[in-house]
Amino acid sequence: MKQVMTKTVAGRATDDVFAAAHGRLPGSGLVAHIRARAFEAYQRAGLPHRRIEAWKYTDLRTLIGAVLPLAPRPDAAALMRAAVSVKQTAVDRAVKLVLVDGIFAPELSDVDSLEDGVDVWSLREVLEDTTDSAMAGLVLSTTTDAVISLNAAMATDGFVITIAEGEAVKRPIQIVHVATGSLVSNFTRSYLQLGQGAHAAVVESFVSAEGASGYQTNDATIALVGDEASLSHIRLASDAADAVNISSSIIAVGAKAKLDFFSMTCSGSVSRYQGFVTLTGEGSKLSANAVNLIRHKQHVDTTMVVDHAVPHCTSREKFRAVIDECGRSVLQGRIVVRPGAQKTDATLTTRALLLSDEARADNKPELEILADDVTCGHGSTSGALDGALVFYLRARGLSEKDAQALLIGAFLGEAIEEIVPESLRDFVTAQTEHWMQARR
Amino acid sequence: MALLEVRDLHVGIEGCEILRGLDLAVNAGEVHAIMGPNGSGKSTLSHVISGKPGYQVNAGQILFNGEDLLAMEASERATRGVFLAFQYPVEIPGATTMNFLRAALNAQRKARTQTEFSTPDFIKRVREVANSLNIPQSMLKRGLNVGFSGGEKKRNEILQMALLEPSLCILDEIDSGLDIDALRIVAGGINSLRSSERAMIVISHYRRLLDYIVPDVVHVMSKGQIRKSGGKELALELEACGYAQFEDAA
Repeated sequence: MKQVMTKTVAGRATDDVFAAAHGRLPGSGLVAHIRARAFEAYQRAGLPHRRIEAWKYTDLRTLIGAVLPLAPRPDAAALMRAAVSVKQTAVDRAVKLVLVDGIFAPELSDVDSLEDGVDVWSLREVLEDTTDSAMAGLVLSTTTDAVISLNAAMATDGFVITIAEGEAVKRPIQIVHVATGSLVSNFTRSYLQLGQGAHAAVVESFVSAEGASGYQTNDATIALVGDEASLSHIRLASDAADAVNISSSIIAVGAKAKLDFFSMTCSGSVSRYQGFVTLTGEGSKLSANAVNLIRHKQHVDTTMVVDHAVPHCTSREKFRAVIDECGRSVLQGRIVVRPGAQKTDATLTTRALLLSDEARADNKPELEILADDVTCGHGSTSGALDGALVFYLRARGLSEKDAQALLIGAFLGEAIEEIVPESLRDFVTAQTEHWMQARR
Repeated sequence: MALLEVRDLHVGIEGCEILRGLDLAVNAGEVHAIMGPNGSGKSTLSHVISGKPGYQVNAGQILFNGEDLLAMEASERATRGVFLAFQYPVEIPGATTMNFLRAALNAQRKARTQTEFSTPDFIKRVREVANSLNIPQSMLKRGLNVGFSGGEKKRNEILQMALLEPSLCILDEIDSGLDIDALRIVAGGINSLRSSERAMIVISHYRRLLDYIVPDVVHVMSKGQIRKSGGKELALELEACGYAQFEDAA
């Protein structure tokens, strides 16, 4: 019997968005085929909802309802507004690569100051040229996750960055995503490859230009960290207050390689960061820390799956959330230890600090261990600020808000202090202080 | 006018009355010792003077320099010059002692419309005071009180007292958890802060502390009231006879 699929209004709207965008998406032939397959995969699942375990607490069908039309190409006025935001968000000494409304903006980027051994292409350029199925498959790779499939189908631009074997890149590379539009969606995707023994720091910033509102961002990063290489990957999301940001990473870490990951979300109405890290080479190390700063009615979700595929790997994860007013935090972490991944050493802690009676935290740490000689653990706490600590500080002359700010800073410090390179730590700390300043 | 005047203070917590009509007057330049058995209300008195939430003041007044202290928030009392050295100082991982000291000092200076310390001036000042209390610089870089011994925590309290220069210091069982060497150092620090403009209230169970910090007045407290006041010799009498006679009198 032939199965008849019925679609929701939102589902039909997304079909229309894809159909309308089709002519603007880079790549034909093989690439177009991969995109069509990815869109079919998305269509089968639709927007994630609470009956999918990984999305239990972030039901996009309820929270956003539908995918918005693709943002138009930025015009000169949009680029000028974006330039202001780029300047405000620039990390000291970083080489900037800027995407405005999902499109590479060379005039706002520092492509001429890239160091030797670093090659950067626009994703658009790569997709329009490639006939290489392996390359197309890599840059448009997906998981079973619907939003990553949708990203592969719709990605308009991004970067392909390769760092040659043994190169130690001195200046951080900062990818700045700027949204200038309203009630539109941006789909971006970047592919990053570090050769054997290479070292680099990559910062991804999500910001909005003045006047941008209600937009949706769907970003994906695919990264391959070569053997004995080290990558510091930092993600900072400070979108417009009513924006939606769904960002995903798929990262493979080679033998004796190191990934230091840090994510901070401090704005946006609905945000989800989801990372899928596979430790593929023996002796690899992961340090993954995340901070969610939440107020108003914001909903911020950080979800990470760490897959120990081989023996003798280490992972350390610390997730922290500070939730004020009616905000909601979701911190999910799953550690998977494959059969044979002996001597795995993995820990995960999720901690939420609730600053109001209406704040809500959902912490879900999980272990799935299929080997028998491992050290794995997880812990989770949620609670208010300790009144004894607040009184101690107030008895020294600090106001209620200043005492809270010091304690929140101390709480977050445990996650922030591990950011490398150290110069970026100060940048992140300044962002958290800015958030706390707004509370006073 | 006394620096601190407590008049007929009645205080309870969760419906249980702890201070039952307490009177106390402390002048600038004086050191008062308050002694008494466990549960007599000594710590409650120190908490209520410094503004700890959770207590119900049912009657009475606390005047500080003639102003109504009970109408002020804890931080306002601190900036006016009230300092409580805690019996059990809290630990705050993630906040270095140095950052905390700077935040506290500058919060107080700001409230008093004084210029905030610059970083070099602040560091110089902290180092001077820390050296005088045998506090190593490495301790200042650690999380506030995190992993500190009992002696280190109490020295850190005295360091804060020295930096913030309050006019009323309340030392709540500062001797608890100290060995004899640490006690000498802490007492030495406290004695160095005695001045004609500053008053101190030393709360303790034991006379031993008063060998090092010689009080001008000793009060015996029992069941929420001051039962007897006298000179330093009252502490010797207490050691000989214990607190029982005062509890019976209550």
